[in-house]
Amino acid sequence: MSHLENLVLKIWRQNGPGDAGRFQSYRIDRISDEASFLEMLDVLNEKLIGEGLEAITFDHDCREGICGTCSLMIDGRAHGPQKGTATCQLHMRMFKSGDTIVVEPWRATAFPIIKDLMVDRSAFDRIIESGGFITASTGGAPEANLTPVPKPVADAAMDAAECIGCGACVAACPNGAANLFAAAKVSHLNLLPQGQAERWSRVQAMVESMDDYFGSCTNHGECEAACPKEISIDFIALMHSDYLKAKIKDRKLISQQ
Amino acid sequence: MAQAVQSRPPVTGSAVTPRKRRKFFLLDLYSTAVGKKYAMAISGIMLIGFVLAHMIGNLKMFLGAEDFNHYGEFLRELLVPILPRTVALWLMRFGLIAAVGVHIHAAYGLTILNHQARSVKYQGPRDYQVANFASRTMRWSGIIVFLFLFWHLADLTWGWWNAVGNDGTFVRGDVYGNVVRSFERVPVSVLYIVANIALGFHLFHGVWSLFQSMGWNNPRFKAWRRYIAVGIATMIVVGNVSFPLAVLAGIVGE
Ligand code: HEM
Ligand code: FES
Repeated sequence: MSHLENLVLKIWRQNGPGDAGRFQSYRIDRISDEASFLEMLDVLNEKLIGEGLEAITFDHDCREGICGTCSLMIDGRAHGPQKGTATCQLHMRMFKSGDTIVVEPWRATAFPIIKDLMVDRSAFDRIIESGGFITASTGGAPEANLTPVPKPVADAAMDAAECIGCGACVAACPNGAANLFAAAKVSHLNLLPQGQAERWSRVQAMVESMDDYFGSCTNHGECEAACPKEISIDFIALMHSDYLKAKIKDRKLISQQ
Repeated sequence: MAQAVQSRPPVTGSAVTPRKRRKFFLLDLYSTAVGKKYAMAISGIMLIGFVLAHMIGNLKMFLGAEDFNHYGEFLRELLVPILPRTVALWLMRFGLIAAVGVHIHAAYGLTILNHQARSVKYQGPRDYQVANFASRTMRWSGIIVFLFLFWHLADLTWGWWNAVGNDGTFVRGDVYGNVVRSFERVPVSVLYIVANIALGFHLFHGVWSLFQSMGWNNPRFKAWRRYIAVGIATMIVVGNVSFPLAVLAGIVGE
């Protein structure tokens, strides 16, 4: 086990939603390279508390990359310099002694800052809610093979369902668009047979509620590069085509696709 | 820098939100961001079709004055006698004007939306991974091409500026002579070349982007989308830039 020395952290401090906020620099003299990025912040917070200063507020929960609570723009990249992982899975070995690391909250009008590095991502909940639920009655657990799902379809739906709703796509997007999030959430239901009944109304409602909060996709591809689950922008194309169909299809013919 | 925390409307848990009365479906579609991207993509495809045909048609200037002017006349005679002379040409022009109008209107609306979506910018530097120069300058390359379009019409269609800085006069119908007279002025040639390079960047991203906007990503051809974009952009830039260069080099001249 080795250590990193003399790190400088430039961290965004903001007392509350109304505060202007500013970067503040902190020194980390020595930290294990096996510490995760969040553990490093924990160590810093312990030190701050010991000095009678206010701890840095940041979001975290599972710390194993499955809950989507952690965020952080690290050196200008959502979830930091490692591909395909959330901030909680980022380790200090990705940095070098003497590095200056800039840490900012997600920035989007739809994600107002609550305090320091913590933002309110409930705009995502608004999109999910608008999509509604699946009306297929579940009852007791059905026989697993009652509804046949072809393997490639199940795989694609699963790829979309990997989305943990962390908001990195919006944070990374130069336009503050949420198309990757919405596309993942639309697609994991729209691909499956169980999701067909509300396919068109779902995509229409979710795309339109997205407009209330977020920007518009110009296909830079930054979202895919930032996504801790590496969800493909192919789903965005799928959502776009489903949205157009939602507008022009005769919904009585849903079984005809 | 202050932002308000969103107030939470009641959780409905259903897709049945009260919606305003639906407009005619095309207007309804256009009122959303995804719909505007469809409009941009379709108007973009129309404009690409024009730019390609325009470039290929202009290659006739390498065959000499007679062929080139004959081609100009052919455009005016298109679909005669089904339609009277120049009517087909004017229909195409109206289509293109409409396409430019829609394209710019949608670009403007979406740009505003995008700026509102990040009202407070990142305060530290961004480290972009895949966004490229072309994709990040679409608005600028688009504006350059649009301004150039005016110069181009004033120069070679209306003839306002065709004879400024040279000793000839603009002759309606002598397309070949007008082109040669215009490009013999070095600054004008440079302007054409710069504007076409801007167009090349616009299309490098635009052609790739339109597949995503239109929802065209069949795995059979998905991998080709970048090559198609590079191919179309290169073809248009090389073709168009060859005209001023040919005039300056004396390959095309009187
Ligand atoms: C007249 C001035 C123009 C302006 C202000 C303009 C602006 C824009 C903007 C802001 C975008 C969106 C960027 C994106 O989504 O990636 C765009 C996309 C595009 N533009 Fe233009 N543009 C102009 C002219 C043109 C011309 C002359 C052509 C074709 C020869 C063209 C073809 C395209 C295409 C194909 C797209 C992609 C559409 C899509 O993503 O769905 N544009 N333009
Ligand atoms: S804390 Fe749960 S994903 Fe990072």
